[in-house]
Amino acid sequence: MKIHEYQGKVILAAHGVPVPKGRAAYNPAEAVEIGKELGFPVVVKAQIHAGGRGKGGGVKLARTAEECEALAKAMLGMTLKTHQTGPEGRVVRRLLIEQGMDLAGAKEMYLAIVIDRASGKPVVMASAQGGMDIEEVAAKDPKAILKETVEPAVGFQAFQARKLAFGLGLPAASVGAAVTFMQALYRAFESADASLLEINPFLMTKAGALLALDAKINFDDNALYRHPEFKELRDLDEEDALEVEASKYNLNYIKLEGGNVGCMVNGAGLAMATMDIIKLAGGSPANFLDVGGGATAEQIRNAFRILMTDVDVKAVLINIFGGILRCDVLAEGVIAAVRDLNVKVPVVIRMKGNNEERGKQMLRDSGLNFATADDMKEAAKRVVQVAGGAA
Amino acid sequence: MSVLVGKDTRLLVQGMGKHGTFHALGCRDYGTKVVGGVTPGKGGTKVEGFPLFDSVSEAVLKTGANVSVVFVPPAGAADAIMEAADAGIALVVCITEGIPTLDMVKVAAYLKGRPTRLIGPNCPGIISPGEKCKVGIMPGHIHKGGSVGVVSRSGTLTYEAVAQLTALGIGQSTCIGIGGDPITGTSHTDAIDLLGKDRATKAIVMIGEIGGSAEEEAAVYVKKHVKKPVIGFIAGQTAPPGRRMGHAGAIIAGGKGTAEEKMKAMKAAGIHVVKSPADLGAAVAKALGKK
Repeated sequence: MKIHEYQGKVILAAHGVPVPKGRAAYNPAEAVEIGKELGFPVVVKAQIHAGGRGKGGGVKLARTAEECEALAKAMLGMTLKTHQTGPEGRVVRRLLIEQGMDLAGAKEMYLAIVIDRASGKPVVMASAQGGMDIEEVAAKDPKAILKETVEPAVGFQAFQARKLAFGLGLPAASVGAAVTFMQALYRAFESADASLLEINPFLMTKAGALLALDAKINFDDNALYRHPEFKELRDLDEEDALEVEASKYNLNYIKLEGGNVGCMVNGAGLAMATMDIIKLAGGSPANFLDVGGGATAEQIRNAFRILMTDVDVKAVLINIFGGILRCDVLAEGVIAAVRDLNVKVPVVIRMKGNNEERGKQMLRDSGLNFATADDMKEAAKRVVQVAGGAA
Repeated sequence: MSVLVGKDTRLLVQGMGKHGTFHALGCRDYGTKVVGGVTPGKGGTKVEGFPLFDSVSEAVLKTGANVSVVFVPPAGAADAIMEAADAGIALVVCITEGIPTLDMVKVAAYLKGRPTRLIGPNCPGIISPGEKCKVGIMPGHIHKGGSVGVVSRSGTLTYEAVAQLTALGIGQSTCIGIGGDPITGTSHTDAIDLLGKDRATKAIVMIGEIGGSAEEEAAVYVKKHVKKPVIGFIAGQTAPPGRRMGHAGAIIAGGKGTAEEKMKAMKAAGIHVVKSPADLGAAVAKALGKK
């Protein structure tokens, strides 16, 4: 789960990480009010779940209340496009109004904590080249990124933070503060069950004070059950409406742009492989949809409900590898769902499990627009044909 | 012949709830020696003929269990894995999906230096069909004893590959589902190492997916150490970047972990990479010189 910068900064501040003063505004009047409270100049920052906002025109300085109001008016409702939003961009609905920092003579650096899959441990990363796209830094100059692996039993140690601080070239007088800063950051990462925590830029002012000028926190979805307090941080406007709807039914759905073959598959790996084989057959998948290993009749019905709201879907491919699943029961569920929901598009079904032949016979006898296939290749070929070729 | 599980396996089921009991029966019906279950508080009772114990150490003492399979829900699964390791279980197979990553960080650290191997979490389990030993939730009947080892991050896609092999008359030595989470006990490389050294395994099928770099690391290992034919497929060639495709581990992040990169690395290591998941069985047949 992703959250906004202003929400991330509240979490960081609660763990003792210094952040600029500021608050969220939902309309220009609020923006001005917060600006007056903080004293001008302030920074007006568009809040969307994507990076690269500065370059896209989503971060601007307001020197007066009038400027603040004008900027808030212009930014709220605008569609912000960055390298992370894709060409469609995101509509700005919230702003962060924050005290303006004097960047003259300041040092902009980078800090992040991630889980390293290879070692199975958290890694704290730092780079003196902050404020930039870190992936670019990593590609051009991997040595510019310093890394400290955390031993889970003891946590992130002071000597590791010192190594990073000296490595960043911080003056000796600031190293103590940097150690405190980084250890607070690690505590925030651990106690929030984050999967990613990124501070870019991590700022040292001319006077030597350290601040998290930006904050990006992603939570581990698997750990959300132990953080009921994070539920209210979810911003449904930032998520695809269909995906939100699907998640209510425990369906894993992701819409793909430009596709016309709806897919319904049990299991994530097989779902990805089904998308791949549709592409190889000359078609274009409209979505990723994992109905779960079991694929019950109820799940199939819910899945059809989601797929049928996507107007791009011209045909549906159901690929269920049941194993112990009974295909006659599955067929019954599919027939009922197609009847009840009045599904008009052709449906190609490939299923594996017990009573396979009986299931197929039921589909053929239903009088509905079904085609069956014995294997994935044949199923993909047929569905691409009935969808009218490539999208 | 097989790796990790076989006729000497004495299986203990951790988490004998409805789900656990259902699959304990499935394993027993397939031929696995299921010696009992652990559900704290139910010790001394029986379910479906399986004796239940309060702790893994007690179960090990009384049954001689050497493999455990974990069905404990996410909040308690990490604890269950560590309990099994503490009790000296040699192989722990964790089926549970949805364990917090930081819990798995602790488990990985706990297992370091201990002789216990973990498979999973979030995996279908492991099966050696020739020795009638199944430890997991996969449909046993699609398998057939033979000489092809299978290692995969996904569940149903593995069944697909296995069914293709069986349909062509090609049996399997051991099929290992390593799981789709970011942190797993056994990697592609570990599994390929085991299958590579198994004399009864003549070819290896490796099924990966987008995200991370485990397939690339396995490719490097294959090039250096594996003389047997390896056939590979990567799911997610059409997946968009930045989106988690079901599995927590299946995400293309920062331009890394794409199917294209993985397939390139695998080809460079001499692995027979198929673009279509429907071609896996045929590619194995070809590599074995059967067609």
